[in-house]
Amino acid sequence: MRQVYLDNAAATPLLPEVLEAMLPYFSKIYGNPQSIHGWGDGARDAVEESRGKVADLIGGQPEEIIFTSSGTEANNLAIKGLAQAQQTKGKHILISSIEHFSVANAAKTMEKRGFEITHIPVDKHGLVDIDKLAAAIRNDTILVSIMHANGEVGTIQDIKRISQVVKKTGAVFHTDAVATAGTIPVNVADLGVDALSMAANPFYGPKGAGALWVRKGTRVIPLLDGGVQEGGRRGGTEDVPAIVGMGKAAELARRDMKSRIEHLSFLRDRLIKGLISGIDHVILTGHPQNRLPCNASFCVEFIEGESMLMMLSAKGVAVSSGSACTSRALKASHVLTAMGLPPEIAQGSLLFSMGLESTPEDIDYVLEVMPPIVERLRQMSPLYDKFLKEKKGG
Amino acid sequence: MYSEKVMDHFSNPRNVGGIKDADGIGEEGNPVCGDMMTFYIKVDDKDRLSDVKFKTFGCGAAIAVSSMVSEMAKGKTIEEAQKITPELVAKELDGLPKNKFHCSNLGAQALNKAIDNYLVKQGRKEPSPEKHEHEEGESCETN
Repeated sequence: MRQVYLDNAAATPLLPEVLEAMLPYFSKIYGNPQSIHGWGDGARDAVEESRGKVADLIGGQPEEIIFTSSGTEANNLAIKGLAQAQQTKGKHILISSIEHFSVANAAKTMEKRGFEITHIPVDKHGLVDIDKLAAAIRNDTILVSIMHANGEVGTIQDIKRISQVVKKTGAVFHTDAVATAGTIPVNVADLGVDALSMAANPFYGPKGAGALWVRKGTRVIPLLDGGVQEGGRRGGTEDVPAIVGMGKAAELARRDMKSRIEHLSFLRDRLIKGLISGIDHVILTGHPQNRLPCNASFCVEFIEGESMLMMLSAKGVAVSSGSACTSRALKASHVLTAMGLPPEIAQGSLLFSMGLESTPEDIDYVLEVMPPIVERLRQMSPLYDKFLKEKKGG
Repeated sequence: MYSEKVMDHFSNPRNVGGIKDADGIGEEGNPVCGDMMTFYIKVDDKDRLSDVKFKTFGCGAAIAVSSMVSEMAKGKTIEEAQKITPELVAKELDGLPKNKFHCSNLGAQALNKAIDNYLVKQGRKEPSPEKHEHEEGESCETN
């Protein structure tokens, strides 16, 4: 049976060049980067070289990069570290209603510590309402965090325009760029942000490697107290192989970005067009144009996401769903409901995320196996039954 | 994540569909919360469930539970079928993940509602008020 992996938003495979770059740092070059001897020098040089490559990917300076264990840690450091550093100026934080849990829950934690959080709504395509954001900014607003793109529905925000609004105030502006850095062009000067989170695994680097870029001169309180690692902003011995892998992946992403975007967008558009025209009552979620090149996300009405996911899996196709049944909280995706989709439709969400190894034949295979799966599940759906009866009656 | 038996009932669900002239229909769950099941029953003159069918909107566990409940109930007397508990359904499926156990509640409840519907129609039971129940700690809130 054909095996089709379309869950690259969850994890991408490590590129062979990345693995090759990492391998010596597991065995031959095993020194601690903080050690003052030859073994330490080798590891330290590799970390600093990677810092430069990661900075280059987003147009930052190497000393502005703080390596972390993940995008989640970078987001936590941004929300908690930046807010704490700014708290003498105020305690009001603005975030969008579709932020990743690592931003939303970090903000919740700060709320328990006496900060006030305002959630900015999004429109039906998942775009932040900039007028509402502008209206929500107060004299005591110290931090604004709006994600660059949403990994679930793929919508890319107009961060440049948002930064123009935020810049008129004294607030620090952070963006979670985990879904975009290494995937589409990201430049911190163009975006006008003060801090930016990223992770290696969305762009064919290793899991367990992330970074927070913080503009020079912007204070951040560390989450991990320790030694002098990462300029005293993140204690703990550096994960040298992971950092080297992130650096190599960043270098390759920068080099190949144009061709990657062309490849992924072609597959994305083929899948979107095929599914929308091939199956009734399929809703494309996210923005029709401003979306990640790898993202094709849908809600299939009258059926539930996990069932589709399992039936696709039985056909060798790997995808994701934001349905309640796939989340431990047993709630439908907060992103889809924030975009105004009724929960019963949000339950039928499916996220296809293409990768470098995906082919047109993979997409055609999905377009072949999906209709019978949808038909089969709708045949056993009481909601579809009701819809048909109402249609007949009406 | 799921036992082989769950996967078997999910992949090849038994007794899917509706019964046109059903003697009892029971619906449980809410699509807003996740799962929704409708059970249809036919009862013979010896008070036995001669036919049981279902329609389900839900995850793999919900479909497998519906299928298993229909199998367990078919051929049983009303009294016997009322004794099908969520625990028994989960056991017959060789277990369910903890966060999916609520699916077995729904299955047993939907079947019981279909039986109640039949008994009310027969004048053997007073109708009970409709209510939408949640597991402890669950809610329909979506943000």
